[in-house]
Formats: sequence, structure tokens, C-alpha cells
Amino acid sequence: MKLNKTLLALAISTLMLSACSDTDEKDASLTDGSQNEISGINDASTSGLNKGNGINGSELNGSGMNGVSNGDYASTLGPEFNDPNNPLSKRTVYFMLDSSEVMPDFVPVIAAHAQYLVANPSQRITLEGNADERGSREYNIALGEQRAKSVASMMKAQGVSDMQLDIVSYGEEKPAAFGSDEAAWERNRRVEIVYQAR
Amino acid sequence: MSFLKKALFLGLMVILTRTSHAELTIEVTEGVSSALPVAVSPFASQSAPVNISAVVNADLARSGYFKMMAEQAMPGHPSSAAEVNFKDWQTLGQNYLVVGQVNNAGGGQYAVQFQLLDVFKGGQLLGYRMNSSSADLRRTAHHISDLIFEKLTGKKGAFSGRIAYITTNNQGGKQQSHQLQVADADGFNPQTVAASKEPLMSPSWSPDGKKMAYVSFERKTAAIYVQTLATGQRSRVAEFPGINGAPSWSPDGTRLALTLSKDGSPDIFVLNLANSSLTRLTKSFAIDTEPSWSPDGNNIVYTSDRGGKPQIYMVSSQGGQEKRLTFSGDYNARASFSPDGKSIVMVHGNGNDYRIAIMDVSSRAINVLTGGRSDESPSFAPNGTMILYASKKGRTGFLSAVSLDGKMQQRLVFNSGEVREPAWAP
Repeated sequence: MKLNKTLLALAISTLMLSACSDTDEKDASLTDGSQNEISGINDASTSGLNKGNGINGSELNGSGMNGVSNGDYASTLGPEFNDPNNPLSKRTVYFMLDSSEVMPDFVPVIAAHAQYLVANPSQRITLEGNADERGSREYNIALGEQRAKSVASMMKAQGVSDMQLDIVSYGEEKPAAFGSDEAAWERNRRVEIVYQAR
Repeated sequence: MSFLKKALFLGLMVILTRTSHAELTIEVTEGVSSALPVAVSPFASQSAPVNISAVVNADLARSGYFKMMAEQAMPGHPSSAAEVNFKDWQTLGQNYLVVGQVNNAGGGQYAVQFQLLDVFKGGQLLGYRMNSSSADLRRTAHHISDLIFEKLTGKKGAFSGRIAYITTNNQGGKQQSHQLQVADADGFNPQTVAASKEPLMSPSWSPDGKKMAYVSFERKTAAIYVQTLATGQRSRVAEFPGINGAPSWSPDGTRLALTLSKDGSPDIFVLNLANSSLTRLTKSFAIDTEPSWSPDGNNIVYTSDRGGKPQIYMVSSQGGQEKRLTFSGDYNARASFSPDGKSIVMVHGNGNDYRIAIMDVSSRAINVLTGGRSDESPSFAPNGTMILYASKKGRTGFLSAVSLDGKMQQRLVFNSGEVREPAWAP
């Protein structure tokens, strides 16, 4: 347990170091994917086998495959979101193996976001739950959702409205770190707090 | 399985995994000595674009039922029964010999013929002549493998079947795109069924092999789609708040079992595809997910962590009493039945290792078949002789096939990206 926490702290500090470049890449694709709403099948294409025509067969090229799901909208909300000394600059909550319990270190982070949301009731966020790669994929979807729900219930306890919170679980499908070691697993057991564009 | 046998088996698994990672070819290992010795003589060929006898040889080798003779060890390369000196092959311990030829019939057409010969009786067991377009030559080769397999084992071959799987292209430490693909059972002729920059998951074939259900996050939320493969047309059948996951087609093709968390914790539901009505099968406060039907459609197995750790449970597909099936190991998940309903294959976790295991339904005995560290998503071949699963080494995900006794293991080769979640077409 103790060792794990130390490792986690290390992993998080590594994360902070690489945060700048992360932000740059995300900014580049801020608008990506938001333009296809009308078609009803945004950001995906299908094809028929045997050279049949799939619906939306051409859309794949138009949707800009940048692989980043979330424009980092939060960084545009104010300087407090980019100030490393402000808990609002931390938008990832990490978890222990097989657990959806929020660790004490992250309580202030969640509280800071909750306060901001209470003060800005028109702001919505998505809590994206994630899991490490171990075990089966659909079970990990369920684990990721449990984690996102833990964060949501803490925020609600502090007065955040249900209407401000969306939850999605990606399970192990969107790893923050590739690799099959403890360091990568720790970075992947997480909930990302994603501010939605207003 | 006695202790000694188990120990021997585990020892074998270690050897197997070592060798199967060494190179991307078929690894014939110890334990296959009881397999039938078969020789496939290179077919006489007038510049066909596909080496049919090589495809047949690889198919038969992959099945684990046969011990294939190396080409260099053959006393000659006969291409018809008339050219065979049976004594030579008897001396070399071969039971069966396959000979054949591929003749260019012009206009992109080929005439393919083969004979399966009984070396000891000196006679023909099978003989076929078939026409094939240039594009269909691989399919014809797999068809020949099916005919030979069925003649020699009494079981239907699965070589001309198809598999579905998900691939992801990772570049610069980021996911670039996800594809749902369908390919021949040996990994050739991959075709993209759906592509998205958001994750795609959990492909499930309809029992007639014409449609596929899968999960897509393309709208930044989970939804289940049903797609007709021939046309690419599809409809969104579930997009409730929360999890929409793990679709599994009922054997009669009319319903999907799936996981929804719209009412709180993830539970198992059955969706009637004709009228979109939903029936809830489980009601625990824990995680219930990964439903899969028994071949007769009467029962559904699923994963639940209501006992603290994920284990396999079963419930009638009409709903009712839920019962726990697995008690050994601290992680059992993603179960599915063998086509004959007598076994259940699952992911079996122990410490940091997740492997493919098979459980005998009547005795509940569990045998671990693979030796990887993160083996997952097992899928039975339609003839029940092999299990396809996803494995991982370092950052590379790939597909492997293992025979039911664990003796034969093969890694399927794909040219790019991470490959996972294989589903063998019915």
C-alpha cells in the first residue's frame, strides 16, 4: 500500500512534467470532431464487405483523426486552471488497483472543482472513468464507471447539480500511458475531469 | 486431470509460450506426437497467384490434429495418385497424403484438383475438382482444408470461416484510429467494417453471420450498433445513460443480451430486436456484465463481482434464480459456451496473470490453456476445436489460437497496430 502510494506520487509528478506538451497537442485539436453532429453518425464510418458501399464511407477522412477526445477547454477558462499551485490545474484523479475509492490526496482537487461548478452553474463537465489493462474489457468499463460515479457523488455532496455532470467510462480503451507495467497501470486507473465548452 | 498430468501440462505451457513468442510461425510442440501424420505434397501449379498447398498445409498444422511433413523430407512431389509410390510414404511413417494441381483455365479462372490418399491402403479417400477465380483461390484452399479435416476427424472444419476483431493504430503515444475488421480465419483479407477515432468494442456476430453488433464511443458516449455486413448499413439499438456494453446475440437471432447501467449499477438485460422491448435479468448492486448465451438459448452466463471479486454466474434467459458457477481463482470473467454447450471458456486471473481457461460444465473442473500475462477475449471456433484469444507482449496486442487441449498454439500475424477482441464467425 505504502509503496504503491510512493509510486503513484512519482507517476503523478512525471505527469505534471509532461503536462505542457500534452496541453499543446490537445489545443491543436480543440475543434476536432465537433462539426459532424448533423450527420447523426459523427466521427465514424462504416463499409460494406465485398466492395459494397457503406454509409458515410467518406466521413473518415473528413473527421480529422487526431485521437484526442477532449479539447482541453478548461485551460481557457482562467489562469487558475493553469496555475500548478491551484488544485483546479489538476484534472485527473487516480485510484488504487481494483478500487473506486477516492484517495485522500485527491479530495482537495475534487472539492476545488466542485466549488468552481457551484459558483458557475452553467458550466458542465464530463467525468471520464478509466481502468488499467488488466482483466476483461467490459468488466473494466464497469470499473471505470464506478470510479467516475465516486467522483460525481463527492461533487454532488458539495452542491454540484446533476445537470452539470456527465459520466462516461472508457474502461481500458483510452490509456493515458501505454505499456504493461505498474507505472503505466497507475497512470491509467483514473478519472479525467473534462470541462465542456459552453 | 491428475496432479502429474497437470504439472506436465503446465510445464508444456511454459515451453509453448516461450516458443510461440520466438517467431511468427506455427509452433508444433511436444504432445502433438499423437497427432495424425499427414503430408501435403506441393501442388503442381501453372503460376497461380496463391500457393494452395501451402495454405492447406498451414491450416491443417494450425488445427493441432495433424503432424505435417516438412516439404524437404518428402521422397518426391507427386501431383496425382497415379504418381504416388505408397511404399515410400509408408516407410516415412505417413498415414495420409494430399496431392493436387492448379491449372490456369484462362480468363482469370483456375481449375483446382486434389486427392486425399490413404497411404497404408494405397487408395483415395477424397477427390475433388473445382473451379476458382483468381480472387477466390485462398478461399478454395481453405475449403479443401475443411474437406480434408472433416474426412479425417469427423468434425466440420473451420478454416473457411471468418473472424472479426478490433485494431487500433497508435502513433506518437496516442491512439489515432480504431477499426472493426473482418478477415479470413487465418488473418488474411482483412476488411474494415467500421472505423472511428473513438474506441470500438465487443463485436458479436449474428448467428447467420450476416450482421454484427458492437459498441462504439463515436458520439463520446457508449452506444450499441447493429450493422449489416454486406451493405454497411446499421442502426443504433441502445444508447441509454451510462454503460451500453457487451452485446451478445441470442442463438435464434432475435435478441441481444447486453449490459446497461441506466438504473444504477451495471445489470444484464435482454433486448428484443423486433420491438425494442427490454427485459432486465439481474438486479444486484454489484457489477454484472459480459452476458453470453448457452447454445440452446435457455441460459445466460455473465460476470458479476457481487461476491467481492469477479466470478461467473448463470441465469435463465427468461430471468429467475442466479447461480454462481466458478469458485476457484480470484478473477473469472468474460465467459462463453462451447458450441456443444459442454464447456465454458473464460478469462482466469491469478495475481498479475490473466489466462484463458476452460471449465467443464458438468464437473466444474477448470483447466488453464494459455501461459500469457494478459490473455483475454476468448472465442470458440464454430466447430469447437480451437479458441481464438487476444494476447499482449510489451505494447503489442496480437491474436493467438489454442487447441482445446492447450497443445497447439499459434500466433496470427497482422501487419500493423494493436489487435484485440477476436470473435469467430458462427
